[in-house]
Amino acid sequence: MATTSNPVNGEAGSTGNALGRLFRMRETGLILIIAVLFIVMSFASPYFLTWDNMRAMAMAFAVEGIVVVGMTILLISGGIDLSVGSVTALAMVIAGWLFLNGLDPWTASLVAIMACTAIGAIMGFFVTKVGLHHFIVSLAVMVIARGLCLLGTGGRPLGLYTLPPEFKFIGQGSIGPIPVVIVIFVLFVVVFDFMLRRTTIFRKVFYTGSNEKAAAYSGIRTTKVIFLTTTLCAALSGVAGIIYMARFGSAQPTFGVGMELNVIAAAVIGGASLKGGSGTILGAILGTILLSVVSSSLALLDVSIYWQDIIRGSILLTAVTIDHYLNKRRG
Amino acid sequence: MDHPVILKISNLSKSFGPVRALRGVDLELRRGEIHAIAGENGAGKSTLMKVIDGILLPDGGDIVIDGKPVTIASPTEAQKLGIGFVHQEIALCPDVSVAENIFMGVTNTSKALLMNYADLRKRASAILRQLGDINASALVRTLSISQQQLVEIAKALTLDCRILIFDEPTAALTEREAKILFEIIHRLASRGIAIIYISHRMAEIFDNCDRVTVLRDGRYITTHDIRDTTPEQVVAAMVGRVIDKLYPEKQRADERSEEVILDVSNLCEATRFRDVSFQLKKGEILGLGGLIGAGRSEIVKGICRLEGEVTGTVALHGKPLSLAHYGDSIDAGMVYLSEDRKGDGLFLDMSIASNISALAVERVASRAGLINAGRETRQAQELGRRLALKCGHVNDAVSTLSGGNQQKVAIAKMLSVAPKVIFLDEPTRGVDVGAKAEIHRIVRDLARSGVGVIIISSELPELIGVCDRVLVVREGRITGEVTGDDMTEENIMYLASIADERPRAA
Repeated sequence: MATTSNPVNGEAGSTGNALGRLFRMRETGLILIIAVLFIVMSFASPYFLTWDNMRAMAMAFAVEGIVVVGMTILLISGGIDLSVGSVTALAMVIAGWLFLNGLDPWTASLVAIMACTAIGAIMGFFVTKVGLHHFIVSLAVMVIARGLCLLGTGGRPLGLYTLPPEFKFIGQGSIGPIPVVIVIFVLFVVVFDFMLRRTTIFRKVFYTGSNEKAAAYSGIRTTKVIFLTTTLCAALSGVAGIIYMARFGSAQPTFGVGMELNVIAAAVIGGASLKGGSGTILGAILGTILLSVVSSSLALLDVSIYWQDIIRGSILLTAVTIDHYLNKRRG
Repeated sequence: MDHPVILKISNLSKSFGPVRALRGVDLELRRGEIHAIAGENGAGKSTLMKVIDGILLPDGGDIVIDGKPVTIASPTEAQKLGIGFVHQEIALCPDVSVAENIFMGVTNTSKALLMNYADLRKRASAILRQLGDINASALVRTLSISQQQLVEIAKALTLDCRILIFDEPTAALTEREAKILFEIIHRLASRGIAIIYISHRMAEIFDNCDRVTVLRDGRYITTHDIRDTTPEQVVAAMVGRVIDKLYPEKQRADERSEEVILDVSNLCEATRFRDVSFQLKKGEILGLGGLIGAGRSEIVKGICRLEGEVTGTVALHGKPLSLAHYGDSIDAGMVYLSEDRKGDGLFLDMSIASNISALAVERVASRAGLINAGRETRQAQELGRRLALKCGHVNDAVSTLSGGNQQKVAIAKMLSVAPKVIFLDEPTRGVDVGAKAEIHRIVRDLARSGVGVIIISSELPELIGVCDRVLVVREGRITGEVTGDDMTEENIMYLASIADERPRAA
């Protein structure tokens, strides 16, 4: 048919396409929505556009953003992890317990992150070798990890008053006017966003998530890919747990309940598909920022905390619905 | 043919926005005839069928059934007029019994509160008896694809139809199953049912149909009695130009070489094949023939370690290979083109360029493992040009392409690693005639350039038309080899199925 019989395009046609693509991109839409929210809120509340509020909002999403990075990569490979909240708490508890028992905080943190990585590897084993579904495996681990947290602490937070200031600097310090937490967060985002876009290893994550069988038929070891993305997600949850510990100066066994829903929602609003094969770090982070800005705005506007969940859920549903129709029109 | 005309369509047109899918199409269907509709993908066949089935309303033109002008506004009305449709894709509920599936439509419109399963089974059994040996209480999931197809037909028959449309029903069937299907179709026709038969396969049309109507670009081209035409004429009408040869020239005597590219010996797998030995020589196209399920794909997948634990030796250009994984096979230069393009051949929602580089992303990346987008695009453009790929931009998703062009992307993907041997499993399945001829030409050019080519095809005319030599596989063993004038459908079928004529051991 006449419309499809152009020859293979040269680079000539690609600038127009690139502009069109930029316009259609999820990221562009999210940035616009966030910008509109900023403008509206700066009129609605004089406190909104202050440095303190900006800083508080950024602190609120920065650490969770690291978990979002891991979740997005896992979603792209076709997996999902419900245990991120519990594993984050477990990292805190392990490191805190080791510290209280005489280990220096750096080694304690390293051991805790390694333990979370091992938990990810165990989940990866059950998914790729035993052949169970991510959902079920991570659901079980979510409960087990939370149980371990409560068991290790007797259900009470561990106060870590003697943490050395160099360690607390990670969570509480600033470089110039910028909190260290945000520096770390931006580093993770930039590095993983670049890797996801450019490296061959992460391209294989996309192939695997897009069509696992076709990936296997392209010589890609898909079980290895899924094992690694599962492990990476848990490891990043561990990293987030350590930063939280440095920020709070304590280890809280009940921290992060419901975090997985927030994190998955952010990734999906940012364009990740639960079917795998699509998603970007930048999009997911914008999703995180959007949810965080909304929460903060609602709080400033004195909206009841109960309403906030309802509104957040509605945003998720709206984003996914719009996306569904956009995809339909394209496909 | 002096049977009365049951359906007469004249000057039918249908547009989707600016796309004119049908422009002035005529069709005349007589009682008891098997009427083939031929045309390339996009010629308007499915649109025409959807209009007849009431799924789409035409923009203009007349539909006359039994001399009365009708408007078919919905599939339910089509059913009332006695029009049944056996869809190409099987749409049954796998975890529900055959009987319930057959009467899904009836149950749906029934006013009764409770299901009468006994009655359902009885009525289903009565219909199934005409078709073959299928248990009405069996779950659909336990049936073979061909049996499921029969259930689809049974579903259409419950509607007591006078016109039955078959949309490429043999695409998923073995030769044997197709033969049974045709017996059934002939039987239905002899009862006076008018059959519309849509197919790409010339051999099927010429063996089974009475007349053929050709569509091209949404236009009516011609209707012929099968007796008065030839496959070449029909194909010429379909593509709008004379394709002087359906298949490219074969290997010439002076091109023959004794140089062995691939040497397979004593290849065995636990259950699927054993003692497979053969040599592939430079410049030839070697075919693997046999029935579906004979083990052809399994052998080829075994050679390149895609599936199964295999023993035996595989030597490429005289060097024995030790492969642990398909990735090793790709590195060695042996690649496989999947028979299931959409299922495991391509990443449909990813771009053409990233599909083409999937076998070895490293080739378009720097040493540090960073993908160079420019290099990836150029690779796709170069291979696309070489294969005359018709597409918008190589960054568009593969799902935007036609079947033939998708297959070219799959072939480009293989060629991206400059392979030494390629295994093509059903390389032209679901591809229209024009693209089919192009793919055959590409494959011949590859063989000429020194790439070893092995083709698996269930379409015997294709196997015979394209290959220089055919090995026949039956029950996991190579049972014979045919070359030159011995390459006939009869010889291949004989070698492929003789086992079934042997008396069964008690």
